[in-house]
Amino acid sequence: MTASDEAVSVRLGPVDQIPVGEGRAFLVGDEPVAVFRPRSGGLHALRAICPHRGGPLADGLLDGEVVMCPLHNHRFELASGACVSGGDVDDVAAYSADDDDGELVVSLVAP
Amino acid sequence: MTATLGTEQEAGTPEPDRAKLVVVGNGMSGARALEEILTRGGADRFDITVFGDEPYGNYNRILLSEVLANAAGAAVDNEDADGWDPDELFLNPTDWYAENGITLHAGVRIVRIDRHAKVVMGDDGSVTPYDTLVLATGSRSFFPPMDGMWASKTDLTPGVFGFRSLDDANAMLDHVAGARTAVVIGGGLLGLEAAAGLQAHGLAVHVVHPTEVLMNQQLEAGASKVLRSKLEDMGMHMHLGVKTSEILVTDGAVSGVRFTDGSDLDCDMVVVTAGIRPNIGLAMVSGLETQRAIVVDDRMRSVDDDDIFVVGECAQHRGEVYGVVGPLWEQAAVLADVITGADPDAAYHGSRLTTKLKVAGVDVAQMGVKTPERESDEFVQFSETGRGVYQTVIIRDGTLIGATLVGDVSKVAALTQAFDSRSALPEERVKLLFDLGSADDSASAADLPDDTQICNCNGVSKGDLVGCVHDGAETVSACMDATRAGKGCGSCKGLVREVVEAALGGAGAEDPAESYYVPGIPLDKPALMQEIRSQELKSVSAVFAALAPEGRDDVASKMGLTALLRMMWPEDYVDERDGRFINDRVHANIQRDGTFSVVPRMSGGVTSPDQLRRIADVADKHEIPMVKLTGGQRIDLLGVPKEKLQEVWADLEMPSGWAYGKSFRTVKTCVGTDFCRFGLGDSTRLGIDIEERFKGIEGPAKMKLAVSGCPRNCAESMVKDVGIVAVEGGRWQIYVGGAAGATIRKGDILATVDSHDEAVLITGRFLQYYREHANWLERTYDFVPRMGLDYLIGVIVDDVEGIAAELDERMQEAVDAYVDPWAADQQEATPGQFHDALPLIPLPQVPVRASEGAPA
Ligand code: FES
Repeated sequence: MTASDEAVSVRLGPVDQIPVGEGRAFLVGDEPVAVFRPRSGGLHALRAICPHRGGPLADGLLDGEVVMCPLHNHRFELASGACVSGGDVDDVAAYSADDDDGELVVSLVAP
Repeated sequence: MTATLGTEQEAGTPEPDRAKLVVVGNGMSGARALEEILTRGGADRFDITVFGDEPYGNYNRILLSEVLANAAGAAVDNEDADGWDPDELFLNPTDWYAENGITLHAGVRIVRIDRHAKVVMGDDGSVTPYDTLVLATGSRSFFPPMDGMWASKTDLTPGVFGFRSLDDANAMLDHVAGARTAVVIGGGLLGLEAAAGLQAHGLAVHVVHPTEVLMNQQLEAGASKVLRSKLEDMGMHMHLGVKTSEILVTDGAVSGVRFTDGSDLDCDMVVVTAGIRPNIGLAMVSGLETQRAIVVDDRMRSVDDDDIFVVGECAQHRGEVYGVVGPLWEQAAVLADVITGADPDAAYHGSRLTTKLKVAGVDVAQMGVKTPERESDEFVQFSETGRGVYQTVIIRDGTLIGATLVGDVSKVAALTQAFDSRSALPEERVKLLFDLGSADDSASAADLPDDTQICNCNGVSKGDLVGCVHDGAETVSACMDATRAGKGCGSCKGLVREVVEAALGGAGAEDPAESYYVPGIPLDKPALMQEIRSQELKSVSAVFAALAPEGRDDVASKMGLTALLRMMWPEDYVDERDGRFINDRVHANIQRDGTFSVVPRMSGGVTSPDQLRRIADVADKHEIPMVKLTGGQRIDLLGVPKEKLQEVWADLEMPSGWAYGKSFRTVKTCVGTDFCRFGLGDSTRLGIDIEERFKGIEGPAKMKLAVSGCPRNCAESMVKDVGIVAVEGGRWQIYVGGAAGATIRKGDILATVDSHDEAVLITGRFLQYYREHANWLERTYDFVPRMGLDYLIGVIVDDVEGIAAELDERMQEAVDAYVDPWAADQQEATPGQFHDALPLIPLPQVPVRASEGAPA
């Protein structure tokens, strides 16, 4: 992802397709994106592939702050993608996700 | 096989100012040396080429015994898939070389060094020039000469194994399934580890050792005796002071061994761990000075050639050859300092050896001398054979010069420090081993110098851990997570705990969070259950709202709470799918590539032609990449993408086997009275009835059971959470708290009962008590010793607390509330429940394996 001025922004259908407290994966342009809907409110988008060993982040458990990869339990901040679980794991890209009147809109720019 | 990885951009246009560094050997020492060189900016100074004759990236040899011990659990039996991760074995995957601009010739053996032309020659005909050469050729198993050992000049007789490389471990794994009895020749550290690993696979294991002292490299006679009796308690057979004269071969494969006294022992597998020999052939033919190993000076250079450095098990420094990691780490650092010029005067002065390890589950620590050497040496000895504890310290002129600890190594931090720093010792020597009421335990860890390496697998120092605490980490596990300390072989966990607790502030180090049932709610299990009951909290979010600080939800607490609530409110628990781990959301076990494994229930391991045909049809129709028998006697369909799960279940028309949950898993059975000529009880019937009754019951951790029809114990009942054995007179013995995974523990006898029905009843009552009282993720092998066997017998068998009827009733409720999740979730429970979570990745990603077991 380079050119931020022509960032891909996609309308992905109703927000309700993501159950509250879970995440689901979508394709935004060529980018696999996991969108999370914590119980505490808001929407967050991260690249869907865990930087550790490729785990599916959309399948992870989450709380208001972080998502936990189901493969080896590394944790990433929903807001920034920062890895907060130690070891030498890279951060994951964070994107912007919005609820536009019940519709999910994701753009490949930093939130 | 030869694989060339990395960049070869130098081929056409060599840059004149970059020197050529060649490393021969990519095992632990070669890799460590490389890493040290890279951290000192070596990549900018050198073009680096590495030769390794094992066709893998280098791997962590410390973990080899875990491969063997745990493959019974993790690698082979997917039902045990927590714990060991095969990827962790590889220190550096082959990509790592490429990423660092290193050219790796895996699978090429260097056969000669031409020191005048400064080139190395490979067995593939290649000639590679060097300016600086590092030899890290390591060592290999020594095979004592005896008849029957070799099938040809290069191949061992089928059934004979060394235990040094990943190939060795894998070959053994391939062989254990069909084997019953193994003989391990050589009772040193590696031998005992191999023995324990094989025992975990259910083999009868005999250890043959030429002296009376097991692990005589590290231990003196007293310590060894204690270790020996512990191992014998675990069922290992010891043949000490005996030599093997011949390996007996029938039809081209091992059939037994013969001892020098002429007696024979039948076996179908022999593992040779009779010591190691440094690989010095290359150095010898190339004219370098070798004695037991390649002789080096204090800069780690060959004494004959300033451009050739040597590191690890093939180096002999001041007469010593080291075979453990600690010294190797120190040598690699010195070598890198000198080679890169970071510190041209760096010097290695030899290592004082401190060994800490777990031998077949028994803690052992040893440092310095084993026994007093002079009249004037003080010798303090403590032995409590009943508990399997043995400790000695040896003091010369007021300084600690040696210590041995077996069974209880709680004092190792204080002793290591006294040993390393040669510091003053207490007047009363016995204080070295006992606190004698002074309660000053954490002082010792606090006094360790900051650069003391605590975790040898991941190279974490005391300073790193203390830094973590200063950065705000408040718990031992937080520090372990942040530094990865304790995440290799795990033997340093006790020491990590001491260091962190000391850093957290002496007496204040008591970590209240340790008693919490889940990290996000500051209550232990009884208090938490009390609150849940009195406030009638029936969903995970309700628990967080009512009991968590500021009502905050916590990702690490959700699974534990979900399990607890389902246990407490079997009927009216409010199901919130986001409180479940992915496995429990889709009722299948997630694999490394994001696909899932599907294991249908096959109670007691009994199936039918019709079921097998259906499974085969499903496997064909859905192109299942691997079909595998599990250790729990059922069939695992691996590599199913999430969106196909419902279809696969529907086509199978079989119920879920719950191979994914913290729940009742399987009952392994033997044939029992139906067919077996030794059977004393109908073990198959009992196993099926127990499985049908308790199927899918959730708990704090998984529960694996077994029923054996006679004391030959073919279903391995003694190493199960609940294991039942038929004994003469129509009675059943019930064992609890056994394990044979990452931990090995023989179960304790809870009760001997007179009937099938009673066996079912007591099993259920024990499981219910465990569900209600065990901590989250606490397996029965920890739970049973924590509660105490006598106490459990009192509560569960003798009903001294008068709660037996309630326990039975609550278990009955759980049984009544059972629904097969595969049938229930044929309708999606939440939107997108079975949608793929990685839309771009073609699945499955794990290579398909041919049924012969040959890697694809
Ligand atoms: S792949 Fe995500 S934690 Fe390992």
